[in-house]
Amino acid sequence: MLAKRIIPCLDIKDGQTVKGTNFVNLRQAGDPVELGKAYSIQGADELVYLDITASHEGRKTFTQLVTRIAEEINIPFTVGGGINELKDVERLLNAGADKVSINSAALRNPNLIDEIANHFGSQVCVVAIDAKCIDDTIHPNGHPEIDGTWKCFVNGGRVETEYNLFDWAKEVNDRGAGEVLFTSMNHDGVKAGFADVALRRLADSLTIPVIASGGAGSKEHFRDTFLNGHSDAALAASVFHFGEIPIPELKQYLTNEGINVRL
Amino acid sequence: MKIAIVKYNAGNIRSVINAVKRLGFEPILTDDPEELRSADKVIFPGQGEASTTMQYLRERGLDKVILSLTQPVLGICIGMQLLCRHSDEQDTDCLGVFDVDVKRFMPQCHEDKVPQMGWNTIYDTKSDLYNGFDKPEFVYFVHSYYVPLCESTIATTDYVQPYSSSLHKGNFYATQFHPEKSGSVGERILKNFIENI
Repeated sequence: MLAKRIIPCLDIKDGQTVKGTNFVNLRQAGDPVELGKAYSIQGADELVYLDITASHEGRKTFTQLVTRIAEEINIPFTVGGGINELKDVERLLNAGADKVSINSAALRNPNLIDEIANHFGSQVCVVAIDAKCIDDTIHPNGHPEIDGTWKCFVNGGRVETEYNLFDWAKEVNDRGAGEVLFTSMNHDGVKAGFADVALRRLADSLTIPVIASGGAGSKEHFRDTFLNGHSDAALAASVFHFGEIPIPELKQYLTNEGINVRL
Repeated sequence: MKIAIVKYNAGNIRSVINAVKRLGFEPILTDDPEELRSADKVIFPGQGEASTTMQYLRERGLDKVILSLTQPVLGICIGMQLLCRHSDEQDTDCLGVFDVDVKRFMPQCHEDKVPQMGWNTIYDTKSDLYNGFDKPEFVYFVHSYYVPLCESTIATTDYVQPYSSSLHKGNFYATQFHPEKSGSVGERILKNFIENI
């Protein structure tokens, strides 16, 4: 049976990891390669490296970093940030990335999804969606209503678009994306659990895997997104970087809860 | 030890080069028939679509070169599927080393997403490729087409139904999964291919 995946996300700025200073006994937590290796040894199933550098110089540094990651890491990894056109995708895949994650560029030019799928195959194309439930009908437990209006945002969540989350996700699916990475802006950073109601609706309506992002604060939240949110994978950053939830402990817990994970 | 990796129009070949290097070997990437024939081990890797990769191999005569190889050959992912008789993907005639046809996954329930993407277990492993394997192990898969169980099956995986995640016939070995992306388990498989076969 296909295992549910646990994916740490590393933010990269000028070739260094942004978070990660408290990571378990790792002296070079700032080095994305060393941190990635440590996660891989701990049992992470994949890694996501997000380039948050804005400059052109930074882009070059990131590409060099991707080459190094590919040389040294023996599990799949996705790279994202600053991918605007096909040649950005080609550059990162040539450097050794397994998949690329596109976000704002896909909303501005949806055809980019078709182009990536046709040139390199659906499996390399992860479409990240940042969305926010804009209704005021948020449950006391923090979960927006299933029928709430979810709007997609671009530019790191700063600019609202006309796109509805579920319509856009369906379009992404139909255009040939390989996976959807959904971050709920309502849940991100709150550590009260993933957006499982919306995730379930996504997972049940799409034919491609859905990665849950935003809201992880405890081991139970991971269990809930797999059981209730029907997520195929769960992504988190700070709970892993600061050692709050060690991955081996998380995976043992999920196994005990009857969830199929790679041990 | 001369390890040659077949150079053709499939993706993800660099990760195989990197994985072999991590094991301490210096592979060469080549489409030169003599280089391929004189290698101790040949790896036929890749990720891609059956008809365009097959067409590329035929146009360059690489189909005949691969079939003429007598040393151990390891096909990976699309490399494995191209070593079969025929693929449903674009109705493509393949190399025919393995006497079996490649089919598309037909989802039976909502959990059966296509492509299968992620970690799944291999079990009932046979052959020297799996020396030291005594229990099911997780490896990394990305594929929409599969090889049914057949007489060449040396590892089985369950997705939609049980199918061949690895094949062996004569000097040809193949894995549907990506050993180069399968952590330490994948490294053991590549090491077995290079050192024990």
